Amino acid sequence: MTVAQITETLDGTLLVGQELLGLEIRSACGADLMSDVMAFVKENVVLLTGLVNPQAIRTADLMDIKVIVFVRGKTPPKDMLDEAAANGQAVIATKHTMFVSCGKLWEAGLRSGGTR
Amino acid sequence: MKLRYVVPGDDLSFAGRASAEVKRALGRLGVDPSVVKRAAVCMYEAEMNMIIHGGGGVAEADVEQDRVRIILEDRGPGIPNLELAMREGYSTAPSWIREMGFGAGMGLPNIQRNADDLSIESKVDEGTRVTIIIKLSDPPAEQP
Repeated sequence: MTVAQITETLDGTLLVGQELLGLEIRSACGADLMSDVMAFVKENVVLLTGLVNPQAIRTADLMDIKVIVFVRGKTPPKDMLDEAAANGQAVIATKHTMFVSCGKLWEAGLRSGGTR
Repeated sequence: MKLRYVVPGDDLSFAGRASAEVKRALGRLGVDPSVVKRAAVCMYEAEMNMIIHGGGGVAEADVEQDRVRIILEDRGPGIPNLELAMREGYSTAPSWIREMGFGAGMGLPNIQRNADDLSIESKVDEGTRVTIIIKLSDPPAEQP
């Protein structure tokens, strides 16, 4: 599933990372605990999180995660978006909850859990 | 190559920056990406620990011929019970740290899982020194 399809499936808004719209993503991980992301995430995932602070962007960067979705209508501030853009990451905001967001992606065919 | 960072304990906007810089430096040196990621995870968890518990400190990454040696040293309160601290899920972090996505007792176990060698020297009321070794040529550490 591409970043563009993820954005559409989640009725989301792409905040940064226009150049990554065609990037193919194979699995997804929903987490608010960044240590879990570092312990269990595989390659090539989209990270869904309700944690709106720079640690979400930095943890994703350390794990080579290129796409981050902020759920529950949360919009990260400009300095976080600038950091994501500098890292070469795409950031999507969706009004849906974590549960509904994960369900929508599952239903649309993104079924690998993104963890090992 | 030796990299050295002073990690402030009172400004969380810096948390993780040293680790990110070390990750990029290792990448530029052509180190295997899976090794880079293990080093980055170890350093990031240790950096967060140093900020959360140690009041900040000094982080160093020394890239040698066959390994990366990462040392983080603080003058914080020390770890009274190291065995307990190493247990997955055990945490003494305050709730505001949990709101940042950390402090769930995964830090030290995550470091141990990713490091080829981990040693922790800690004295109560004096501080803690964490030394992490990541070998450059060997395959990644076995996952549980």
